[in-house]
Parts: sequence; structure tokens; C-alpha cells
Amino acid sequence: MHPDQKSTYDKLSRNIALVVITVSIAPLILVGGLIFDQFRSIYRAKTYSHLAEVVDKHKDIIDTFLREKLHEIQYLDRAYTHEQLTDNAFLAKILRGMQQQFGRIFVDLGVIDESGRQIAYAGPFDLLGADYSEAEWYLDARNRPASISDVFLGLRQSPHFIITVNNGSGESEWTLRATIDFLAFSHLVENIRIGETGSAYILNGKGVFQTRPQEECGPMALTPVSTVHYPALKDVTIGFSRDDQGEEYLIVSAQLKGGDWKLVYRQRSSDAFSAMTRTEYVTLAIFLLGGLAIVVMAVLVSRKLVVRFRSIDRESEMLTRQMAETGKLAAIGELAAGIAHEINNPVAIMIEEAGWVRDLMEDEGKELASYGEIERALNQVSTQGRRCKDITHKLLSFARQTDSLTGDVSLPSLIREVVDISMQQARYAQVDFNLDLDHELRPVHASVTELHQVILNLINNAIQAMEPQQGGVLTLACREEEGQAVIEVGDNGPGIPAANLGRIFDPFFTTKPVGKGSGLGLSICFGIIHQMGGEIDVESAVGKGTRFFIRLPFAATAPNGENEKEKDHD
Amino acid sequence: MTDAHVLIVDDEAGFVETMAKRLSKRNMTVFKAYDGAEALARLAEHPEIQVVILDMKMPGKDGLVVLQDIKEQFPLVEVIMLTGHATVPTAIEGIQHGAYDYLMKPCDFGILVNKIMEAVALKAEHEEEAVLDRVGDIAGRMA
Repeated sequence: MHPDQKSTYDKLSRNIALVVITVSIAPLILVGGLIFDQFRSIYRAKTYSHLAEVVDKHKDIIDTFLREKLHEIQYLDRAYTHEQLTDNAFLAKILRGMQQQFGRIFVDLGVIDESGRQIAYAGPFDLLGADYSEAEWYLDARNRPASISDVFLGLRQSPHFIITVNNGSGESEWTLRATIDFLAFSHLVENIRIGETGSAYILNGKGVFQTRPQEECGPMALTPVSTVHYPALKDVTIGFSRDDQGEEYLIVSAQLKGGDWKLVYRQRSSDAFSAMTRTEYVTLAIFLLGGLAIVVMAVLVSRKLVVRFRSIDRESEMLTRQMAETGKLAAIGELAAGIAHEINNPVAIMIEEAGWVRDLMEDEGKELASYGEIERALNQVSTQGRRCKDITHKLLSFARQTDSLTGDVSLPSLIREVVDISMQQARYAQVDFNLDLDHELRPVHASVTELHQVILNLINNAIQAMEPQQGGVLTLACREEEGQAVIEVGDNGPGIPAANLGRIFDPFFTTKPVGKGSGLGLSICFGIIHQMGGEIDVESAVGKGTRFFIRLPFAATAPNGENEKEKDHD
Repeated sequence: MTDAHVLIVDDEAGFVETMAKRLSKRNMTVFKAYDGAEALARLAEHPEIQVVILDMKMPGKDGLVVLQDIKEQFPLVEVIMLTGHATVPTAIEGIQHGAYDYLMKPCDFGILVNKIMEAVALKAEHEEEAVLDRVGDIAGRMA
């Protein structure tokens, strides 16, 4: 195939594949992308809502816990007198009662006078008489009726926080304080554990931890990145922050203790949205596999289509070439007819003039010394004239048959005609004809022109095959076999190798050198014979020769007189 | 050789002249025409013409048309057609229209002479039959 043609087919294949891929994948991307985007937003919203609810619920629990403990101390303050409360034994009794009621949440109880000295104490530490006048929590609590301090280490050197209730005024001012067990409080927050990295902690207004942060929740120094607008719970804020390594965290927070503290829940984004990410990967994998399948199918289908197009193109090209061949033959026939006609008239006159001279010589020229020579010359003119006549008649016979009208054809006469036409070519190639024609053979119904073309083609091939070996014998036979007319064209040339034998009727198959054969000859023969309802076969042995057999059905009717009469006069 | 009266019709003057000379030499009376119209005129002028040698391919009136005219106006005159190979079907059609025979150009002179003699004999037969028919007619009417 010509490289240009190949690239055209390749281009066509590529274009079809591209169109199929685009048309198939574009909607997939659009619909897939849309669904995917929707899924992400819904999933995120659901995650936010869940976390916000968790944080909000725990905020309520913690606030309630603190409020309850404060109320407890306020109750003590109101229920008992200063004297009772400054009685260490009484205080210890109250503490025991409280610890029985609430567990070890209350660590100790104490009463501080207006100078900041602890004048009564019940608890595990030796803090009677301790001076809190400089303690930060005390300075902060003194001016408020009741307060809850931040978590601090204090004198006992362990984290705790203190609830204070102030009483009295001026000289008789005193303060009731209770220490809350840090572990019991911290437990409220540590309960919040979601996923692998999700945990909560509490910060005071200065950003100091009021509970122990979990180790697995990562570095504490974060840079806020963005805030999510989440109107459903107005006390809860949702945002994203990033650590030094660039790891993103989802932060959900809520105000505690009237804004003094903040409950913070944090989780790595990758952990918070892990299910979504998994779904994303699965979707992406399905999309990629689907896309790959589409691409493979598109390429395969386009190739298959182009192969079909190519074979259709080849068929149509073959038909065009066949038509061109037929047209060429018809044109040659017409030309031959014209020339033959033009030559016939002068030849006729020439022959008649020679005859006339002979007539005259017979009467008057017998005495001439050169009479014999003149007679020989006249005979020669007549003989050559007749030869011209034979040539033009054969040419006309061939030309007349370049139409493809069908009729009853006598095979022996037809083969004879083709042999006459090929005689000169055979002589040059030193090929002898061996004719074995059954003259009684019934006629077949066919187009003379086409049958001419087929037999001429086979004869030409046989002569060309025998040319390199300097001659040979070309056998032409016709006979009846199994109710069919059989034409045999055989040569004793080099033969056809078995590998090529099955392909010799394929269009464009040729073993001739480039430029010598179009490869169409035998495929045309095959087409013509099949159109006539016949068959063409080949037998060949390398080194021995090749034989073609054409089998044709006999004509249904008797031969008409036309052909017979013509042949008589040829 | 019988004294035959022959009309040669062909647009090739050279052919007509030579053929005329050769046939004359064989004791035939030869008339010449170079197209269809002239042929019909000759036939009208010379009722003794027995055989017409008619070329099929001529300028003006085609050989087949001329044949039909001749057969219409002079039914007893025999016509031998001379034809090129490509006009064989026309020649065959000519035979169906009453021509005696056809010959391929260039033809063998001997065969042509034989055909002329056969045609002359056939014409004589036809004329005899025509005379007998007429006699029979007259006899029938008289009876």
C-alpha cells in the first residue's frame, strides 16, 4: 500500500477513536464530576454537623459539671455559718459527706480570711494557715461573689482548679474554697475520641491547657487556615488549621464558662474525611478503569472499522480498474475496427488491380520474356493482399467482440481466434501451440468479448511464464466433462509454488516484477467466469507446469445461424 | 460465360473501375454507380441489369436502405452485398430483406464471379416462374 494511503487510514482510525473517546468520556466526566462534587459537599456537611453536635453536647456537659460544683459550694456557704465552716472537724465532716455523694471530685475544702490566710482546712494536704494573699486565683476571685479558677499547679505541685465563694464584707470578709480533682474533670473531655486522631481539650483565655491534650493529636502550634460557615449551632465554630509540616486539621470549638475557657476538638482532616477519601479513590479507580475500557474499545472498534473501509475501498478500486481495463479494451477494439476498415478498401483495390494486370497479361503478355517474373510478382501481390485481409479480418473479429453482449458461443472457434491473435507473440517466445479442440462441443451462453479476454489472459500468462526457459508447449483444449464445457489452458513452464497457489485469484496478487503486472488479470478472469455461472481452477507442479481449467454451463438453446455463417466467411 | 448484366455500386471509384474491367473481360456487361441514388437511376435506365453488387457502407444512402429501395422497385433483380467485417450483422439483415448473398471485402474474385453466375441463374428462374404465373393467370381468366 502507498504510504500516503496508509497514513490516511491511520488518521481516519485515529479520528474515529478520538471522536468515540470524546463523546463517551465527556458525559462521564461531567456527570461523574457533578455527582462527586455533590457527594463531597454532603459528606463534609454531615461530618461538620456530627462533630458540632458532639462538641456542643460536651460543652453542655462541662458547663453543667462546673455549674453543679459551684452551686454545691454556694449551697455550703449559705447553709452553714462562718463558725461552723471554720471548724476543721466540721469541715472535714462536710468534705467526707461530699466525697461520699460525688466521689473524689472534691479534693479539699478551706476557708480563707480577708488577709488571704487559710483559717480552716479539710483535705489530704497540710494547708492549714497557708497564705494565698499573693496567689493569682485568689486575687482574681476576691472581687467576685463566686468564681472558678484556671487550672494551676499551686502549692501542692499538681494540676487542679479551685471554686471560690466570697462571703461577708469589709473586716469580716471570708472566702470558702474547694479544690476540684483535675483527673475527674479532665475525664469529661478525654471521653471525646473520634477516629484515630480526633480528641478534645480545654484552653483558658490565655491559651493555657486546662486538660491534658492527647499525645496522638499532634503538635499544638497551629496556624488557622479557614473557617467554615456553619449556622446550625451558633455557639460552635468550625475551621481548619495547619501545623509546621503542612498537615491540615479540622478544628471545632465552643465557648465554656461564659467565655473564659474554650472546648476545642481537633482531628486531622485526612482522618476526619478518611471514608470520603476512600470513596474518592474507589470512584477514581472505577473512572480510570472505565475510561481505559472506553479507550481500548474505541481504538479496537476504529481499527476494525478502518480495516472494513480499506477493504471496501480496495474492492471499489478494483472495480474501477476493471472498468478501466474493459473500457480500454473497448477503445482499442474501436480503434482496431476503424483502422481495419480504412485498410480494407485500398487492399481490395490493390488485389483487384493485381487481378486485372494478370487478366491482361494472360491475353497479351505471354510473349514477354519476363512474363514468368511478372506473374510471380502478381501472385505475390495477391498473396500479401490476402495476408493483409486475414490480419484485418482478425482484428475486426476481435474488435467486434469488445462489447459484452452475451450469446451462444462456440468454444472451439473462439479458442482458434484467440490462438490466431496470439500466434505472433508465441512465435517470438518460441512457444508451440498444442490444440485439442472438440469441434462437436455444444455452445455455451457467454459474452464473446469477456471469454476472449479470459482466454487471452491465460495464454499471455502461460507465454510469459515460459519465456525465461526459451520456449515450451502451450496446450489448449476444450471438451465436455460431467455435463459442462471445460476449457484447459496448460503450459510446461516453471509452475507456481504451493504457497502462492491459493492466492493467485486475489486482486493485486502478483509475482511479476514491479511494473510488469497489475495483479488484476486473474482476479478479473475469476470474476468474469463466476458471473457466467462457471468456475476457474488451477493445478500446478513446480518444475512441471501449470494448468488452468474453466468450467462453463452449456447454453440452454440451440446455436443460432449467425455465428456459424460468420465463421464460414472468415 | 453467360452474358450477365451487372451493376456495381460502391463509393470507392478505384474499386468500381477495376472490378468493372475485370468483369467486362469475362463477357459481362457492367454498369457503374457511386451511390444509392445513382444505382436506382441506372436500374431504371437499364432494365436488362440482372445482378447488383452493392457496398454496404456508403456516404448518403446506406447500403441497406438502397437494397430495400431496389427490392421494392425492381423485385426480380438479385443483389450481392459487399461488406466490411463490422457490418456483418447489417449484411445478415440484408439477406432477410431479400439480398441473394453477401461477401466480405476484400473478396476473392473467383468466388464473386461464381456468386454472380448463381444469382443470374436464380433471377432467370424467378423470371420464368413469374412468366408462368402470369400465363397461368391469363389462362385462368380466359377459362
